[in-house]
Amino acid sequence: MSQELINAITEMREEDALAITNQLLDEGADPMGILEACRSAMEVIGDRFESGDCFIPELILAGEMLTQISEVIKPRMEEEASQEVLGKVVIGTVEGDIHDIAKDIVTFMLEINGFEVTDLGVDVPPARFVETVKVTGADIVGLSGFLTLAYDPMKETVIALREADPEVKIMIGGGQIDEQIRQYTAADAYGRDAMAAVALAKEWVGG
Amino acid sequence: MFTQPNNWSKLTAQEKREARFASWMDTEKRQFDSPEAEGEYKLRAQRIKDVIDLKEPDRVPITPFIGAYSMKYGGITPYEGMYDYDKYTAAWHAFNREFGLDYLIFSGAFNPGKVYDILGYQVYRWPGGGLSEDVDFQCVEAEYMLADEYDRFIADPEAYYMRVYMPRAFSALEGWAMLPTFFASMELPMAPALMIPAGLPPVQASFKAFLEAGQAALEYAEASGKADGYLQAKYGMPALPGGFTKAPFDYIGDTLRGTRGIMLDMFRQPDKVLAAVDRLVPIATRLGIETATANDNPFVFIPLHKGADGFMSNADFKKFYWPTLKAVLEGLIAAGLVPWNLVEGGYNSRLETIAADPPPAGSTYWNFDQTDMVAAKKHFGDWAAIAGNVPSSLLHAGTPDEVDAYVIGLIDKAGAGGGYAMATGAVLDHTTVENLHAMIDTTKEYGVY
Repeated sequence: MSQELINAITEMREEDALAITNQLLDEGADPMGILEACRSAMEVIGDRFESGDCFIPELILAGEMLTQISEVIKPRMEEEASQEVLGKVVIGTVEGDIHDIAKDIVTFMLEINGFEVTDLGVDVPPARFVETVKVTGADIVGLSGFLTLAYDPMKETVIALREADPEVKIMIGGGQIDEQIRQYTAADAYGRDAMAAVALAKEWVGG
Repeated sequence: MFTQPNNWSKLTAQEKREARFASWMDTEKRQFDSPEAEGEYKLRAQRIKDVIDLKEPDRVPITPFIGAYSMKYGGITPYEGMYDYDKYTAAWHAFNREFGLDYLIFSGAFNPGKVYDILGYQVYRWPGGGLSEDVDFQCVEAEYMLADEYDRFIADPEAYYMRVYMPRAFSALEGWAMLPTFFASMELPMAPALMIPAGLPPVQASFKAFLEAGQAALEYAEASGKADGYLQAKYGMPALPGGFTKAPFDYIGDTLRGTRGIMLDMFRQPDKVLAAVDRLVPIATRLGIETATANDNPFVFIPLHKGADGFMSNADFKKFYWPTLKAVLEGLIAAGLVPWNLVEGGYNSRLETIAADPPPAGSTYWNFDQTDMVAAKKHFGDWAAIAGNVPSSLLHAGTPDEVDAYVIGLIDKAGAGGGYAMATGAVLDHTTVENLHAMIDTTKEYGVY
């Protein structure tokens, strides 16, 4: 049955995924098992994304399905779902840039892959990144920026983060970000997409 | 304004195109400070026409879209550029004096803050309008059309736009939501049914704002025309491109449903999305024709957004994006126009699909961003002019030597046999002076055929 749920999610059958979830719950299935099936489905979708068989619309719909499923199962959960935390990430769109769609997808994919993510939103000044890393004890920072105007704020944010904590790992990403800008900002890495961000984060925490 | 000859409807697409080009290239209709400037105008206009015609021009034309960088170079903030036309003009002139570009390319940097203020524009934030004075304008993605409004949109897109979208997009136009259909005016006893709502205070306030914004837009148009007219007269720079429109899918995905909204709709109500993009084809085509004709210019600017690599599968591109974009391109071409596509992001996975059933040869221009230009030349070179691919990152963070090498590589790869123009991949907001000079000067030297 949980395989049916996995199939429904990976085949982008939203209504079926919800119906199967409800049916499983009615049959007395363990909500944790349902969550586990969701994670397995996301693994499949993540792999397909990496291999170019699945794209942003599929990630957005998958995110939507998972949100709806967790809303249904949450009231039935006796305890908070505990997933092993691989690492802590602070993420945000740098100062001056107000775009959030790509950042939201990266946040979602990191969370689903076991990272605890603090999302600071858009137009985030360097000092807020620094402060949040301190408060959360995050190991990794993700800086997002859609426009070329993000280049300099990214560089300034990296400098501020390094001053406060030379050990923190920093990744950057966005529409006009490439290796040239990684060098320019002195970030540790740049990622083309959400799965690249997950791979980098896993590598950095030794997973 | 391009004036259509009396026999317009009898002309072929090719004849219409030649008529539009002839009008755009006619130096008698334009004023020049010197015979040299007039000569430059002719030369430059011919240069880009040769590229469109897939011929070898005298040299590779230089056609980057200039954005906020012109203001930065001129020492003003984006805020000053939007609110002080004299300052913008001075910066724009200083920029053009310095770099010696071939064309006046539709400057996305020059926009009238006052017009957006009067209208209470919600879809964007700009310096002085929700953003700090040193930040460029940006779109605020949201669902300005709701998921259950497709039927209303499809039934009558103009009516939907006026009474539902515009009141949401422009807070000063909220009164328009109260307007009944204009068909209410069909007979004497019924006409008051239309005019009574028009007398209500919110409707009156909206029309008042609309008229004020129109006045402010005219002031802006005058400033813009003067600023560009001066450069055209002094340096002989032709204006490019004149009209604009968008791909039907982007109309819906950019500012009606938003990225997230339209992507969910592709799964939840694909038939509605398809019906909506279909419905937009004649409207998108008409917009391109009207704006290009008004500007006496054969080119129509079309920024391509949500069909880029990664934004959807190729199967979805073939289903949701390309057919209606192609229909718009063909409609423009039939009207004698040249679509000027700004292909943002990568199009590596789309080249084959488009080339499998392309628009007529010698009728389109594609300014690529992160697309492999060898592949672009291979798939498009026989039938379309290609341009672009100088990365924003290189201009901002590279060295002049790196830029030189990149530009030479592009001319070698994409410029062979003509049909190529040198341009940035994205709109030019950030660069160093030296790097931009390297791009332009190296092209002028190395790009000679």
